[in-house]
Amino acid sequence: MAATATSGTAVVTLPSDTEILITREFNAPRDLVYTAYTTPDLIKRWWAGERGEVTVAEVDLRVGGMWRYAMTANRGFEVAFHGEFLEIVPNLRIVSTEAFEGMPDSGESVSTLSLSEADGRTTLTLLSRYPSREIRDVVISSGMEGGLQEAFDDLEEVAISLS
Amino acid sequence: MIAFMARAATTTDAFNAVAEPRRRQILDTLSRGERPVNDLVALLGLPQPLVSKHLRVLREVGLVAVRDVGRQRLYSLNGHPLKPIHDWVKAYEASWSRRFDRLDEVLEELKDKEDSHGSDSDQWDRGGDAPL
Repeated sequence: MAATATSGTAVVTLPSDTEILITREFNAPRDLVYTAYTTPDLIKRWWAGERGEVTVAEVDLRVGGMWRYAMTANRGFEVAFHGEFLEIVPNLRIVSTEAFEGMPDSGESVSTLSLSEADGRTTLTLLSRYPSREIRDVVISSGMEGGLQEAFDDLEEVAISLS
Repeated sequence: MIAFMARAATTTDAFNAVAEPRRRQILDTLSRGERPVNDLVALLGLPQPLVSKHLRVLREVGLVAVRDVGRQRLYSLNGHPLKPIHDWVKAYEASWSRRFDRLDEVLEELKDKEDSHGSDSDQWDRGGDAPL
């Protein structure tokens, strides 16, 4: 892993019963964060985190255009999301719908990505609004499962390095 | 994980206790210090029976403590039962942190490219990105 040592810490808060707010600062200007967030070849490199490999990143970046991301998780299963762009202000804001294809009955959330820059650093906020508290809670729980899995993977790496 | 979703729908659960926006308002207010019920009524602009009802729920899950000082009952915040909720959100946060750590690497590379190529912004195919 590159020793960039520039990362901030992602902070997750729950502003209301049906929302999740994620905030993170990046050591890069706003237009680069926007580029990394909207360019398929670049999305493929970060969107899966440590959880797997991105297999599809389609972005028709215009109002009414569709996006679709899919990944193969380390444990073999496919995870895919898609949505429609509702509002685009380049380098500033993207509003889009988001549906999880594994739970077609759960409806769509609406996500607002906002970028603000100060002193060459960019603060990203991602506010997701879910149709109900239950669906929002399932989303957080799925993150928990993934987070724990990643923690175990890390532990495994450490264990291997020690052996 | 899934066990969290199956949690009982009773008020003896901090998750449910903080699900109500008014109760979160009460907790926010108490986080700034101990208060008698009348203060809460005035600050929140809610009828006293409603505030008392919410305080009762919060006391049942241990989020709010009460003590008598002279003729006043003072309510205070006890954050301890919020720990499971905090942990629950933290794990979600961890999975986003991994994602953003990767994004950091991509950004470092983009910065290097910009430095070496000047401001050539068309080096990446942005799909349908229509210039304004």
